[in-house]
Amino acid sequence: MDAITDNIPALLHGIGTTCLLTILGYAFSLVFGTLLAVCRVSPIPPLRWAATVYVEIFRNMPMLSLLVLLAFGMPDAGLLLPLFWTGVLALVLSGSAFVCETVRSGINTVPIGHAEAARSIGLGFFGVLRFVVLPQAFRTMVQPLVNIFIGTVIGSSLCAAVAVPELTYQTQAINNQYAQAVLMFLFVGAVYLCLAFAGGLVGWLLERRLSPTRLLNRHTTRIGAGA
Amino acid sequence: MSASATRVLFDEPGPRGRRRILLLSLLSALAILGVIAVGLYQFGVNGQLAADRWAPFLRPDYIAFLGQGAKGTFLATAVAAVFAFPLALLLALGRLSPFLPLRWVTTAWIEVFRSIPMLLVVYFFLLALPGPPFNVTFPVFWMLVIPMILVSSATTAEVFRAGIRAVDRGQSEAAASIGLTHAQSLRYVVIPQAIRLVLPSLILALVSLLKDSTLGFVVSYNELQYQGKSLVAYTHFLIQTYLIVAFIYVALNFVLTQFAHWLDRRMQRRAASTTGSLVD
Repeated sequence: MDAITDNIPALLHGIGTTCLLTILGYAFSLVFGTLLAVCRVSPIPPLRWAATVYVEIFRNMPMLSLLVLLAFGMPDAGLLLPLFWTGVLALVLSGSAFVCETVRSGINTVPIGHAEAARSIGLGFFGVLRFVVLPQAFRTMVQPLVNIFIGTVIGSSLCAAVAVPELTYQTQAINNQYAQAVLMFLFVGAVYLCLAFAGGLVGWLLERRLSPTRLLNRHTTRIGAGA
Repeated sequence: MSASATRVLFDEPGPRGRRRILLLSLLSALAILGVIAVGLYQFGVNGQLAADRWAPFLRPDYIAFLGQGAKGTFLATAVAAVFAFPLALLLALGRLSPFLPLRWVTTAWIEVFRSIPMLLVVYFFLLALPGPPFNVTFPVFWMLVIPMILVSSATTAEVFRAGIRAVDRGQSEAAASIGLTHAQSLRYVVIPQAIRLVLPSLILALVSLLKDSTLGFVVSYNELQYQGKSLVAYTHFLIQTYLIVAFIYVALNFVLTQFAHWLDRRMQRRAASTTGSLVD
């Protein structure tokens, strides 16, 4: 037990760093990924191509390869970034590719008629997306976005491999001193579980808010009437 | 719907719209080229573009060295998949079983290993094995592959669960009506169809396994990422090696994901054609 009680400040610091990495990485991923998705469905070919290439590269690159490349490679190219921000950058680069794919397939689930109706009342490309398509697409995106959040939490642990003092790194450091691996594993595992659970909870609440039973009922009756 | 949904987001542009799209295309192309140019300039200024830093990667010994890493990566991924996928199917069946304690245990297993970082599991394995009195040691290969199996079994179990639930209810009802027991109906009717349904997702699970195998970097198992590390220690071609290693991964995973998507589209077309004929 003393492995935990003796190291509460280090562990708290680790938990804080993990949370900060996750929150910053996820928030920037959401923003950047949505922008990328807008590029991918835009009428401007070079933007579409660039976004496609970006997504295919960063979706298929292992997080650790990216992290190692950035953390060790950037200084050689004359770019000095604190390790923490290198971690955030890696999380954003890979997270935004997944967010982009999620947003794009979310857009595809919105019935064509809605986009057509929006255009027929005179909305432009951004108007259609902003007021009609994205708000509806968002509902189907909640679950995949929660998975990306959990992926970001898990991905942030890889920053330990390049010595960012987040939770997994601190655990490993303490393990090396105290050799109480089982206990530490249970404790830290519980912390990660809580983070994932919190993400899932927020997703569940969002999903419930966004799909009120009123809407669901109307939908099912319409299907029933059609059949 | 899916391919055309993105087409209807904007009107068919008129002459002015076309001019504007052309202008914006040129501007964005310039901006993209500008970003690439700045990147290359930054590389060039720091001497990272020098030919003698890239040419060695065409030498047979370099290629053989990285090729050995690729072999390690394939081996770890394949062995992990062989153990993880059947285990995942069992976990999924457990989670769907009517026997409550079994459901709890499998649910706990899945939720825990789905949300715990693999690196933590790897570190646990490195340190938690009984020390001096017993001296249990594993070869590094299993230090990497066992955590891969644990993590992958949990995520893949969810894939199988979704597949089993996606099989039409009528199938198991029909199986029950011809007198098959629950187990028989699973074995002969539901699971074969479920596996077909989840085949594309299984290939994507293989992609995550391939990505996870990079953690050989941490346990010093000579897969591709670790071979890259060794090569860097020897040559100091840091950016070049890690870039090439990263792009080998991207190429491998790209081929696998495209294959999965192709399979998915093909199956959806087939499903659409059969259900279409039933409804008509």
